[in-house]
Amino acid sequence: MVVECLTGTKVLMKGNYAIANAAVLAGCQCYFGYPITPQSEIGEFMSGKMQQLGRAYVSAESELAAINMVIGAVSTGVKAMSSSSSCAISLMQEALSYATSDQLPVVLVSVMRGGPGLGNIYPSQGDYNQATIGGGNGDYNIIVLAPSNVQECIDLTYKAFYLAFKYRNPTILLADGLLGQMMEPVEFYDYPYPEIDTSSWALTGAKGRDARVIRSYAPLETDQCVYVDNLFKKYKLIEENEVEYEEYMTDDAELVVAAFGSMYRNVKSAVKICREKGLKVGAFRPITLYPFPSKRLSELADRVEKFLVTEINMGQMVRDVRLAVNGKARVLFKGKAVGAMIDVEDLVEEIEKQMGGV
Amino acid sequence: MATQVFKIPESFRKNVRYSFCPGCDHGVAVRLVAECLDELGLTENAITATSIGCSVGLYDFLNVDSIEAPHGRALAVATGVKRAKPDKFVFTYQGDGDFASIGWAESMHCAFRGENLSAICINNTTYGMTGGQLGPTTLLGQVTTTSPTGRNIEYYGYPVKIAEHIALSDGTAYSARVSLDSVANIKKAKLAIKKAFEVQLKGLGFGFVEILSSCPTNWRMTPEQAHERVRDEMMQIFKLGVYKDITV
Amino acid sequence: MSHIVIDQSKCKACYLCVKECPKNLIKISEKTNNLGAKVVEFCDPGHECLGCAKCATRCPDLAITEVYKG
Repeated sequence: MVVECLTGTKVLMKGNYAIANAAVLAGCQCYFGYPITPQSEIGEFMSGKMQQLGRAYVSAESELAAINMVIGAVSTGVKAMSSSSSCAISLMQEALSYATSDQLPVVLVSVMRGGPGLGNIYPSQGDYNQATIGGGNGDYNIIVLAPSNVQECIDLTYKAFYLAFKYRNPTILLADGLLGQMMEPVEFYDYPYPEIDTSSWALTGAKGRDARVIRSYAPLETDQCVYVDNLFKKYKLIEENEVEYEEYMTDDAELVVAAFGSMYRNVKSAVKICREKGLKVGAFRPITLYPFPSKRLSELADRVEKFLVTEINMGQMVRDVRLAVNGKARVLFKGKAVGAMIDVEDLVEEIEKQMGGV
Repeated sequence: MATQVFKIPESFRKNVRYSFCPGCDHGVAVRLVAECLDELGLTENAITATSIGCSVGLYDFLNVDSIEAPHGRALAVATGVKRAKPDKFVFTYQGDGDFASIGWAESMHCAFRGENLSAICINNTTYGMTGGQLGPTTLLGQVTTTSPTGRNIEYYGYPVKIAEHIALSDGTAYSARVSLDSVANIKKAKLAIKKAFEVQLKGLGFGFVEILSSCPTNWRMTPEQAHERVRDEMMQIFKLGVYKDITV
Repeated sequence: MSHIVIDQSKCKACYLCVKECPKNLIKISEKTNNLGAKVVEFCDPGHECLGCAKCATRCPDLAITEVYKG
């Protein structure tokens, strides 16, 4: 199914198609993927669109192969991506570790489903740790962007390509089954970021220069230490410059409800209702999960009494909030492993309970 | 007036020094690759996806743009390179463990898709860099550090015949097995590598050469004894020959 | 005059070239290089070298760097 991606008009679109369309508009030249619910529409869309545009598409034999194909493609300086879910993102961890060490602008869309193991295809946010910490070897960080609506699926897909190339670092767009499958009105626009010059590192053939090697292997102890130190200088830059978050009515809040991704939608609604009831409550949403907005949470913790972290998992982002708050405020958690987002009514009830009732 | 009949290929880095063990045939195989790159004028337009194992150091030897692939994934990475830049000459140089064990899926599917790539696989019947363990091509009866009483069928099953399997794929344009046990066979090996490169240049599909090589260190043999083993044992099971060539 | 050039610093003493030379013109010398290898040397007082390049073709370490024929 090929959906035309017209810019400047409002269209009703599923999250997965929005991501795929945005990737095409961002100039993604190659897509490599293997089907898995609930993100298969991305690959289906790409199979038609990339061929139509004369760009590259491969139905890879596995996610393992798919992510390594992305590594090959981006090593030549072109924009390339894969998309997958949960148990299949697990298969990509080795390559993601390589891609961080090789400093390659890999873009990966992760549309979370239930886990662990095969789990199920209901929405979940259980792969926060998988994205932000990862299961690859060694010291590394991956930039992680978490949209909370279909329009943001577009905005942050654009941004994922930009940040990946700006920092030569893998970037994950972390959506979930709800965002992937739901339809919302969205508007496309031209890729808003500058194109990053890759001529200093991309593999183009050793013509008129010495051969380039993109590698992570440094046989000597000191070389490897220097190499990783340099990676961490880059991560520091990312942490200083790229933190993005959303706040709602936090100015005088005594309790702040924190959530990422689609869970934030109900959080915001619950906070609105509680404000109408006169409760001094606010909402906080990290948009970049790495770099995590620790500094801002720490500032808020100077005057906020309690943080209530809500996630569709058993408590993953809550650890980052606790680290950021560092004991300055109480950090509470409300979550569940998988399925529909926690109801607004349940959230309101929880907020009222934590604020001593009205 | 004497004419020069042998020189170090231009495709090598300046003052290249191998890190292979004494008598290891990898050195000959890499040189043949370099000679073919020279003779076909490919060096400046080539990109290689390197592998893990004794073959890992290729980027230190060849003056060719290189991207490091995780163990076994060289042909997936190479596929990405080629699909992104179809006008580049893309090849891999892998060991048998990389190509035919951990990377079997990537290797076979590359052949099934008929990717316009060239792959060289060194078969020395062992995992060399890790110290001589049993690999996919270890011969029945062969003693390794993980088959201390020799490879038996009950515990280990059978060795993989790589070139034959690759030849079965409709996407394969060329698949051959050659050996480096003698000067005559080294010359034939070079012709096979060239052919595997040429099918890519003609856009015919996947070009593959399996090269039987010695590993004197892990076989605990002198370099000369090791070549005798290639002849007397390996070539009896892994028969030399062209298993597929769509150009004839 | 046919002859070969050996870069003794690259020789790892596998001696495959010694066996390969049809005229037995490559000898094991008493010299040791920085790899600890007792290196090979080309000894052709009678100008017997054929320039066949079998030695260089066989050498796995690029230690025989040039071969001339004629």
